[in-house]
Amino acid sequence: MRHQEEMLAELGMRSLDQLFEDIPEDVRTKGLRLPKGISEMEVLREVRQTLSRNLTADDHPCFLGAGVYHHFIPSAVRTILSRSEFLTSYTPYQAEVSQGMLQALFEYQSYMAELTGLDAVNSSNYDASTALGEAATMCTRLNEKRRFLIPEALSWEKKSVLKNYAWGPKIEVVEYSYDPYTGELDLEDLRSKVDAETSGVYVEVPNFFGVIDSHAHLLKEQFPEVALVVGMNPISLGALKAPGDYGADIVIGEGQPLGIPMNFGGPLLGIFACRQEHVRKMPGRVIGMTRDAEGERAFCMTLQTREQHIRRSKATSNICTNEALMAVAASAYLSVLGKEGLQSLAKVNMVRARKLTDMIGEIDGFESPFFDAYHFNEFVVRTPVRPEKLNKLLLKKGIIGGLPLVEHIPRLNEHMLLCSTEMHSDEDHSGLIAALKDVI
Amino acid sequence: MYRQARYERRLIMEKDGRTDFDLPFDDEGKGLEDYAPSELIRPELDLPSLPEREVVKHYINLSQMTFGIDNGMYPLGSCTMKFNPKYADVLASLSTVQNIHPYQDEETVQGALQLMYELERALCEISGMDAVTLQPAAGAHGEFTGMLLTKAYHAKSGEQRTEVVIPDSAHGTNPASAAMAGLEVIEIPSSNEGRVDVEALKAAVSEKTAAFMITNPNTLGIFESDIREIARIVHEAGALLYYDGANLNAVMGRTSPGIMDFDIVHFNLHKTFATPHGGGGPGAGPVGVRERLLPFLPVPRIVKKDGKFHLDYDQPDSIGKVRAFYGNFAVLVRAYSYILRKGGDGLQAASDRAVLNSNYLKHELKDVYPLPYGDLRKHEFVVSAKKLKEEKGIRAFDVAKRLLDFGYHAPTVYFPGLVEEALMIEPTETETKESLDEFAAVMRRIALEDDPQTVREAPHNAAVKRVDEVYAAKEAILSWRAYRKKMAKEKPETL
Repeated sequence: MRHQEEMLAELGMRSLDQLFEDIPEDVRTKGLRLPKGISEMEVLREVRQTLSRNLTADDHPCFLGAGVYHHFIPSAVRTILSRSEFLTSYTPYQAEVSQGMLQALFEYQSYMAELTGLDAVNSSNYDASTALGEAATMCTRLNEKRRFLIPEALSWEKKSVLKNYAWGPKIEVVEYSYDPYTGELDLEDLRSKVDAETSGVYVEVPNFFGVIDSHAHLLKEQFPEVALVVGMNPISLGALKAPGDYGADIVIGEGQPLGIPMNFGGPLLGIFACRQEHVRKMPGRVIGMTRDAEGERAFCMTLQTREQHIRRSKATSNICTNEALMAVAASAYLSVLGKEGLQSLAKVNMVRARKLTDMIGEIDGFESPFFDAYHFNEFVVRTPVRPEKLNKLLLKKGIIGGLPLVEHIPRLNEHMLLCSTEMHSDEDHSGLIAALKDVI
Repeated sequence: MYRQARYERRLIMEKDGRTDFDLPFDDEGKGLEDYAPSELIRPELDLPSLPEREVVKHYINLSQMTFGIDNGMYPLGSCTMKFNPKYADVLASLSTVQNIHPYQDEETVQGALQLMYELERALCEISGMDAVTLQPAAGAHGEFTGMLLTKAYHAKSGEQRTEVVIPDSAHGTNPASAAMAGLEVIEIPSSNEGRVDVEALKAAVSEKTAAFMITNPNTLGIFESDIREIARIVHEAGALLYYDGANLNAVMGRTSPGIMDFDIVHFNLHKTFATPHGGGGPGAGPVGVRERLLPFLPVPRIVKKDGKFHLDYDQPDSIGKVRAFYGNFAVLVRAYSYILRKGGDGLQAASDRAVLNSNYLKHELKDVYPLPYGDLRKHEFVVSAKKLKEEKGIRAFDVAKRLLDFGYHAPTVYFPGLVEEALMIEPTETETKESLDEFAAVMRRIALEDDPQTVREAPHNAAVKRVDEVYAAKEAILSWRAYRKKMAKEKPETL
């Protein structure tokens, strides 16, 4: 308070009100009608108490996936992320005092480049859905065409986000169907929809049904004139071919499985990679390798002339704040796992999900897997009871069930998407089986 | 004097060892061919493997070559780098935050929904808006959402409005967001007082104007005192008034976008509400609107009925979604906690102190670094290094780099463009008088430094010397993989 008075005196003022004299009286407010501040102890107690009404996947086996996944996070990742230099720094505009953050982000880009098979990666988008929106607009920047094809088998949330990103540049979004037996893309239907105005085709591997689509590697040779955008789950790339190696021009994905908690759906991590020759058309912040005045290796944000703060209305994207810390998490996570760790994790996910698929398939009334195909860590099940009802029954037994698909794919109204990762023990599996048998 | 740690910048990809990571499952014996189409099996994976000890050392060393707000003052104008209180870290890392899935049954996430509902209500009160969506992931994402809402609103009334008017002092995200939404940007010049030129605005608006986007106070830290007149002009033209909330930290409790007659507002929770910026993100960019825009907000809306919270998707006029799920929840938890801790009185005190600190620091600096456009400022101010440049060949850029040597982050430089050699300084309320005095002393010392070369070659005490940004842009090496290809093909000098 003494300091406040000294500072006001220095300014020749007697009260704080004088600092706000330039606000006309008719737009002044008289304080905020919010409760008075409380002590730190009370804040901790109160917020903890409010949140205690949440049921966590720590205490209850959770079989949800569909874009956000429950994976093990090695303790070292938490240690690294809690470093306050990473946590409390701003975007690394001042490269010389931000070399650590810049290098960590460059390493993130390097990891993603290796996984995706593409040389240019940005330092993050908000999530996979906004990365899809930005990918669609980038396709139009690449070839000036305005028809973007997406699978019918896609989360409705992604479709909705894409529609909003496509609205401004007037991109027509067209859906192609899936094979009702395999859940893979319907190549005939796709062929009939690709035309001279088509800017890009989006395909997911694994797709929304968890299916590893065996057509993915054929698309570039089928449609060489069209930009190929592949959506992926980065953990699956420990086992699956890099999309860049089968012709992808842009690869996007949700990076949350890489050491980022589920956090009720945010923050997430939008992965965005493209071919080197298209780098000047790509959205988002990128970190480049360079040298300092003494010729030593250094890193900095680069290609900023694409960005909003310089190019303003002509920028490739408006993105400014991104998900940098989540990119560091992904990088730290992959470093802890190492090559063998990621390979083993990818395979364990496939093996565990297959095991659960087969176990459910043996229960009378359940069709599992519903689609006859290879799956990563998710699979569709047709249930004898409405999925919404089944989930309520499972919840009574302390189990968080799968995702009813009807909101996403209306005709799959008796179907549920289940996910199994390394987090589920044999007991979790048998517990689910027993509960399913019990409730029907 | 400050000295940053300086480790060799060897990439983790250049290190080698053996991973400690393992899983409690046996490899089931079968090969990958039993689990994936053979054409899609990865033939090789070129990733490093290191013991945990080496991984932790690598990243801790990197962290020591990074400057955060916890290390020192961060007067980065327009970015509101205030201290991030630590109780928020504790709460954001609770299992009841981290280990909940967005598709869980509403019954099982009542705590999360209640917190979000109450945060929306608090943001309504602070902004004077009627409803808030927490979905946008960052400020620019909030702007984009606001532009989509603008389009949806005009489309519903059957109007063809295609232009957005923006002052030349606006944040770069404003025109970029409008353009991304397919709207044409009309830029208007500022007046001689550094404010919106009301006559220019009158001339720019028409039946084609969809919205006018401004921040108040503006990026010069000057309050737009004609705001009522501006609102009248915009509304009479049938357009909407958009508030860029990047500068909200200046005015909480003193005025509000609502009383100023704005229609749409975005908040930057990572600025005003003290959530950490994470070296670039995550942030959160909630958007508040007036009643008439409420039907267009993204789904789901969080509603309270019979004491329970629900996610309501039944909004026929909604623009749909701007990202997956409900927002950056872990960031929302931090902002909510901050608002509880501060309370209405504390938030206003924060704004008051931010404005006091800014005016005090400006007062201490303006004889050495001239201040264009009047005197009273809000939370930030822009001074010019033009005189230094003319007299000693020291540019704003050099001052910024030299500050790093003394353990300060630099101000924002060369923005807004209407001030030559601009240094945009925002001390925030969390700096003490002592730290402001020390900063002012260092700024004066830099201006008076005997050998201007020392300033022009700064920094000297950071992990590296001045970084070659031109070379970075020319080579565009964005990954280790790209670097190695380049090495193999062109053999450039080894980096």
